[in-house]
Amino acid sequence: MNSEFTIDAVRTAIQERKTTAFALAEEHYARIEKEDPHIGAFLTLCKDRALEQADRIDRMAAEGKPLPPLGGVPVAIKDVMVTRGVRSTAGSKALDNFIPPYDCTAVARLEAAGAVILGKTNCDEFAMGSSNENSGFHPVHNPRDLSRVPGGSSGGSAAAVAADMAVAALGSDTGGSIRQPASFCGVVGLMPTYGRVSRYGLIAFASSLDHIGPLTKTVNDAALILRTIAGRDPMDSTSADVPVPDYVVELDRPVRGLKLGVAKEYFGDGLDAEVRRAVESAIEKLRSLGCEIVPVSLPHTRYAIPTYYLIATAEASANLARYDGVRYGHRATGVKTLSDMYRRSRDEGFGAEVKRRIMLGTYALSAGYYDAYYLKAQKVRALLAQDFVEAFHTVDAIITPTAPTAAFRLGEKSDDPLAMYLADIYTVTADLVGIPGISVPCGETKEKLPVGLQILGKHFDEATVLRVAHAYERSA
Amino acid sequence: MKVSEKDVAYVAELANLDLTPHEREGMLRDLNSILDYVDLLNEVDTSNVQPMAQVSGHEQTGEGTIQNRSLAEVSRADILEGLRPSLPQDVALANAPDADQTFFRVPKVIER
Repeated sequence: MNSEFTIDAVRTAIQERKTTAFALAEEHYARIEKEDPHIGAFLTLCKDRALEQADRIDRMAAEGKPLPPLGGVPVAIKDVMVTRGVRSTAGSKALDNFIPPYDCTAVARLEAAGAVILGKTNCDEFAMGSSNENSGFHPVHNPRDLSRVPGGSSGGSAAAVAADMAVAALGSDTGGSIRQPASFCGVVGLMPTYGRVSRYGLIAFASSLDHIGPLTKTVNDAALILRTIAGRDPMDSTSADVPVPDYVVELDRPVRGLKLGVAKEYFGDGLDAEVRRAVESAIEKLRSLGCEIVPVSLPHTRYAIPTYYLIATAEASANLARYDGVRYGHRATGVKTLSDMYRRSRDEGFGAEVKRRIMLGTYALSAGYYDAYYLKAQKVRALLAQDFVEAFHTVDAIITPTAPTAAFRLGEKSDDPLAMYLADIYTVTADLVGIPGISVPCGETKEKLPVGLQILGKHFDEATVLRVAHAYERSA
Repeated sequence: MKVSEKDVAYVAELANLDLTPHEREGMLRDLNSILDYVDLLNEVDTSNVQPMAQVSGHEQTGEGTIQNRSLAEVSRADILEGLRPSLPQDVALANAPDADQTFFRVPKVIER
């Protein structure tokens, strides 16, 4: 990863006419052509749209007009966000030929801020997975070690940034899908507070848990993108009407005196020794920067994964009921009746993990099991939220590992759904509780695989999360 | 075993999935193993806990309390044309696997 190639650097170079947005886009496409056959990060490229936007930015630069904040910056979009006129599949064969008639709000806001959309990135089907092996098209390989997974489900977005095939990318996070691949690929990944960024145009997986956020090379870039995409959107009634601070300005406030919580529940069995060492030395680094490290307790942590897999699958079973082969998406041929058409279309369109989750969610919501599973999970969700309310009485942010291990090998966990689910053990709780979290690179294992440090903050307090991450990044 | 073959068939029916015999076998195994794991939640006493369906309105924020309206209170003024115009018919039908100029076409629903 070339971390010289940041948003500000790119925009400034175009503004000062040292290069053009057009040349930069072409350069990125050339790298995609060369590198992506080995990585598999992209599903669709949209050159016409990208070059047209690049042209527009170049004309502004030529006329000496100040460029917008993301002017000419080549970005990639996870394929769960719809793009007008550009195929959007959610990584599923069920949407193989779907050309949306509108743009996702986050994508539209990026483009309005001058970003050049290069294309759509690969992901686990409907964002369901932790390794990208559940893509309906092809897996993604980790640019740091091609025999390993990039994490998931935003694995294509993480890999695209890590391999310099995009300066930044958008991903989505329902149980860790931005932060965990960021950790595996050695990039920055930010999940904002639930409601901070509009979900309009995000193909729904689990509506009470879905978040859009950036994957970037630096914390500063994550702040820049969040500032662009955050804020109330009338098209999403769950988007919050809460003022958006200037995250970039906030980055430089001192961290001295901040209280950072460390919860023993995030350092238990199952945490890889090398990951633990890297995270512990990051904690010491933050202490040396003047942060006060405070032990906190999050006693319900071990219940987060079962809670998550009941709630997420229940919501998914309802959200994915819309794929019936009638209005768009895959339709089975040679069917006699309407109900045959529904079932065969869904059977042919969905992959194994998606079917598994639809089945589990349908079961958890079905008569006789609702109280024991879905309602129970919603109650434990309230207790998980309470854990954080109490912890945040004494601390400003909480620091944990992002994932229990570094990137694992392709095929290593793909036959064991439960083992795969545990890859999200440190990330799911923030989704359930709705708080923001970031993963920032914190060293490597002996095998040169990146490790991620996770920083969790209070609702709508991305500014503190970003500030701590920025201070750590600069000191590392 | 919590889930039987009969349950798998019933749930597949509810979910509008057919599933091959091979898929049903795998589903039986996976659902049982996941549900066994989920039993962990029975350790938690939730007798006095209100269920939490979504997070909005539960926020505790950085700079004191921000008044975030709960979802139930979100409303907008009535606008004659709605927030955005409806999609033109041809655009709405453009992705349809089968359509005429006006309607989505599906296999016959009612025999007569």
